Amino acid sequence: MSNILEVKGLEASYGPTKALHGIDFSLEEGGVTTILGANGAGKTTTLRAISGMISRSGEILLAGKNIISLRTADITREGIAHVPEGRGTFVRMSTEDNLQLGAYSRSDKDEIARDIERVYSYFPILKQRRSQQAGTLSGGEAQMLAVGRALMLRPRLLLLDEPSFGLAPLIVQELFAILKKINVEDGVSMLLVEQNASLALELADHAYLLETGNIVISGTSQSILENETVRRSYLGY
Amino acid sequence: MELFLQQILTGLANGAIYACLALAVVMIYQAIDHFNFAQGEMAMFSTYICWSMIAVGIPYWVAFLLTIVISFAGGVAIERIIFKPIHNAPVLSHIVVFIGLLAIFNSLAGAIWDHTIKVFPSPFPDGSFNGLIGLHEIGMFFVTLILLGAIFCFFRFTRIGMAMQAAAANPDSAELVGIRVGWMLALGWGLAAAIGAVAGMMIAPIVFLDPNMMLGILLYGFAAAIVGGITSPGGAVAGGFLVGIIENLAGTYIPAIGSELKLTVALVLIVTVLLFKPNGLFGKSIVTRV
Repeated sequence: MSNILEVKGLEASYGPTKALHGIDFSLEEGGVTTILGANGAGKTTTLRAISGMISRSGEILLAGKNIISLRTADITREGIAHVPEGRGTFVRMSTEDNLQLGAYSRSDKDEIARDIERVYSYFPILKQRRSQQAGTLSGGEAQMLAVGRALMLRPRLLLLDEPSFGLAPLIVQELFAILKKINVEDGVSMLLVEQNASLALELADHAYLLETGNIVISGTSQSILENETVRRSYLGY
Repeated sequence: MELFLQQILTGLANGAIYACLALAVVMIYQAIDHFNFAQGEMAMFSTYICWSMIAVGIPYWVAFLLTIVISFAGGVAIERIIFKPIHNAPVLSHIVVFIGLLAIFNSLAGAIWDHTIKVFPSPFPDGSFNGLIGLHEIGMFFVTLILLGAIFCFFRFTRIGMAMQAAAANPDSAELVGIRVGWMLALGWGLAAAIGAVAGMMIAPIVFLDPNMMLGILLYGFAAAIVGGITSPGGAVAGGFLVGIIENLAGTYIPAIGSELKLTVALVLIVTVLLFKPNGLFGKSIVTRV
């Protein structure tokens, strides 16, 4: 299988503070890859660097094309959708307007309407909330809206930043089942960042372990699950 | 009774102008979190441009539309050239730049067109409606009403309007759905400048054209924005009409105020609202669940 994303020597910094020290990794087309790591390891930073939300250097090849010098809005147009930490919905706007804005870079009206229905079929609760202000949605609904809005881009690659954060376990199960479905049925590749390592390894087929801005372990989810260090530090058994 | 009705109608007409300026101020405030102190001077400068065009024989409505276009371009240019580089600068830097712009536009207008007061033509016939309200005031009211309606439709029903709202509300997320936030800011400045230009051109026949003509009016505009709620464009418009009516009624019926102390009404309104209802009448505190 070919790689949808190849990252080489990626460095990123917040002002004078370096957060990523030249990391390399790749994502398989159609796969789900997860980045594990403790707080402050650089997981969110990695996603933000891919989306061009912070200053970075190195190489980021999306299906062979280097996107390191592109701005965020143009990177999304290349097919990378980012579901940010904290969901980032437009709280004053209705659920449906949020989805409409997700398709901002597209102009195929009929297809957009079809895609909105598709998002509603994944997340039926959003259809009930379609005219409700996004700020009044529950945490789970808001996360579903954030994922739905990202899907409206028709992405080739979906970046997910802690989608389980602050959600009840049942909602998390439901959300991850739908993510799996989106991955399998629509063939959307995913890069998942999670605190909840066992949950992430369930969905992902590949994993990287990030420690203070460096990748220390990589491999298939199975091999990571069996890794003694990972088990002790991140899975707790 | 007739006097009362007269004052209400005049209040509504003036209020329409305040509403425009308040809307311009609120639009920029929502996008960059700062009050544009130069909004009035930008409007005054636009009005002078219109005056110059009329002076060389261009028909009024052609000059009117051209001025709107030029002001829009000017607003975009100001954002791109002056405010983009200081985007992340602290509040004080912004305030200093706003005051600088105010001074620059004011002096530049004086230098180009000198400080003598000029008569600015009205596109509407002389005379009045039943002696209650001047025809210019009626025309001014409807021109601004059409403008406000158009702006509302633009923000509610067009893709770019929605994108501008999104960019102002949550710049990071807006970029992530592919909106070029920097350009949305520039568009916002352009629109604000264009709205201000309409307000300037409509009020100039009443207050006469001189470089200081907008100083007092902008103060009413600020009062309107604060009364209505600085976070609510609709509130700013409602606030404009309210301030217009209150100002006129207070000037007429409270002898101590009269026409000389009318401007104080604006200041009293600002202070009172900030003290007792800082969100304004229509400003929402955003509902979010944790």
